[in-house]
Amino acid sequence: MSSALLWRKKASNLPVKAESRYPVIVLLTMAFLLVIFGIFCLADVLAPYDYRAQSLRQRLMPPVFLGGTSAHLLGTDELGRDILSRLLYAIRFSILVALGGTAIGALVGTVLGFLAAHFRGFVEEVIMMMADVQASLPFMLIALALIAAFGGSFMLFILIMGFYGWEVFARLTRGVVISAKGQGYATAMTALGAPPFYIYTRHILPNILSVLVVQFTLNFPQVILLETSLSFLGLGIRPPLTSLGQMLGAGRAYLTTAWWIAVLPGTIIFLTTVSISILGDWIRDRLDPTLRGAGS
Amino acid sequence: MNGRLLTTKLIRGVLTIWLIVTFTFIALNLSGDPIEALVGDQASPAVMAYYRQKFGLDRPLWEQYISYLGNIIRGDFGLSLSDQKPAVELVIAALPYTLRLGLTSFIGGLVVGLVFGIIAALHRNSTLDRFIMGFAVLGFSLPNFFLGILLILLFALHWRVLPSAGADSAWHLILPAVTLGTHFAGIFARFARSTMLEVLNKQYMVAARAKGAPHFRRVFWHALPNAAIPIVTIVGLKLGDLVAGSIIVETVFGWPGVGRLLVGAITSRDFAVVQAILIMVAVTMVLTNFAVDFIYTLIDPRMRTASQGGR
Repeated sequence: MSSALLWRKKASNLPVKAESRYPVIVLLTMAFLLVIFGIFCLADVLAPYDYRAQSLRQRLMPPVFLGGTSAHLLGTDELGRDILSRLLYAIRFSILVALGGTAIGALVGTVLGFLAAHFRGFVEEVIMMMADVQASLPFMLIALALIAAFGGSFMLFILIMGFYGWEVFARLTRGVVISAKGQGYATAMTALGAPPFYIYTRHILPNILSVLVVQFTLNFPQVILLETSLSFLGLGIRPPLTSLGQMLGAGRAYLTTAWWIAVLPGTIIFLTTVSISILGDWIRDRLDPTLRGAGS
Repeated sequence: MNGRLLTTKLIRGVLTIWLIVTFTFIALNLSGDPIEALVGDQASPAVMAYYRQKFGLDRPLWEQYISYLGNIIRGDFGLSLSDQKPAVELVIAALPYTLRLGLTSFIGGLVVGLVFGIIAALHRNSTLDRFIMGFAVLGFSLPNFFLGILLILLFALHWRVLPSAGADSAWHLILPAVTLGTHFAGIFARFARSTMLEVLNKQYMVAARAKGAPHFRRVFWHALPNAAIPIVTIVGLKLGDLVAGSIIVETVFGWPGVGRLLVGAITSRDFAVVQAILIMVAVTMVLTNFAVDFIYTLIDPRMRTASQGGR
């Protein structure tokens, strides 16, 4: 077993030196994600222009590194809107949708998982069957069907994103709660006469929180990808709001004349997802206590 | 698979499909008036009533539901609102394109991923290994819509060597298939590598070495068959990704398959087509899960003895 685990430490795709605590690439991804988070918080302060302000005289201007002016560092789009400002807001909207969607999914899934573990029997059967149904279809298809039926307002879109991944939270929670209920501390609280709700929220939830947090970080980048894909198709976040996928989709029509409109937001999506997966691999290797001693 | 397990899975599968059919019916009825979407809100009541009757929307809800179920069992998903053809016909006309693109990229990605994943595992921690795994991470982190656009920019607009849209010739298949296949190559390479490494660490590999089996025989005779078992599972699981991926890639490259049909149908609120695709995909996924379970028992002798002895 221990020899099987040895390679997993080494199998990490990072060029890890055994003695360095933070490999360069991990530091880079951390820095990048911090910048993205900073933009999410401060987009309105950082943006030089209103992201909706049009200026038809200054359409399709190139970025400054392709001979543009310093007035629009990353150029302008087909309506003369400042691309830098739009990018900053697009990051804010994309992160907002991903955070909101993941939070809703985590909350609903966790509550349903608790319900399944508490009531067992019929309730559990129904909840787990719904989870199975959802897991058996690609979520993209479910999201498209919901959008087709109910249209594409912003709040509704966040709700639909919240549908993603609830079944994983529900399964996880149900499993951990059932095993936690069998442990001494929960039985002791029941014997002392504590109501189930109190035991769940005060005693069991803190014990399973770490599992849920890990799942949250796994779910988050997937919701970003889902949102950008749907917005790219023109079925997610729609104008006048913007998101990274929406910018990329809209810029597709100008590939021949102004390729940067599509490539800039695409690069940010790519760097974000690749950073999260590199960082995630690294954290998993570090947090897994069975691997910690094996590597050195 | 023993009889009881098979029956449970069968019931679950049928239940899944029934729930999805019911869900589409509910969504259809909650989503507003399709007739208004078809003829516009300026149309006269007589015209509206005519279409309502034509599509059977004037009957009570439960009656609509029963006939809806009956129609779907007969394979009748209704008429496409936009061009009055049966929705099934539109989907079936688009299906060969989707299959051609999907199978090419899936099998291509599988072969490339497995070969490079196994090479990486056999040269663990070498520069070659790091190089392959670096590419694998890039491959599955690149969102397919972005990769598609980059490929169009380079190969169709900059170098002008490949067409960027349409499905007229085999050349048209290259860019979309590479876009869709890259994702799978990345995922399968990583998975094949870790599975292979796990197998290579097993006692029976040491035994094979000890009895003097040559390297080639150890890899192909002892390691690969054992690594194949988890790989079959992940291949089945990734089929959903293929469906989602082809929706995007077909739209990017103007590929006339089911994915593009779906996006078009949603934009024009053509529900007959949307539900036909939804239900057909659901049936395909349920059947695939069966197939994966079945193949699993075929290739893993342990599963057979476990299901005979157990329960």
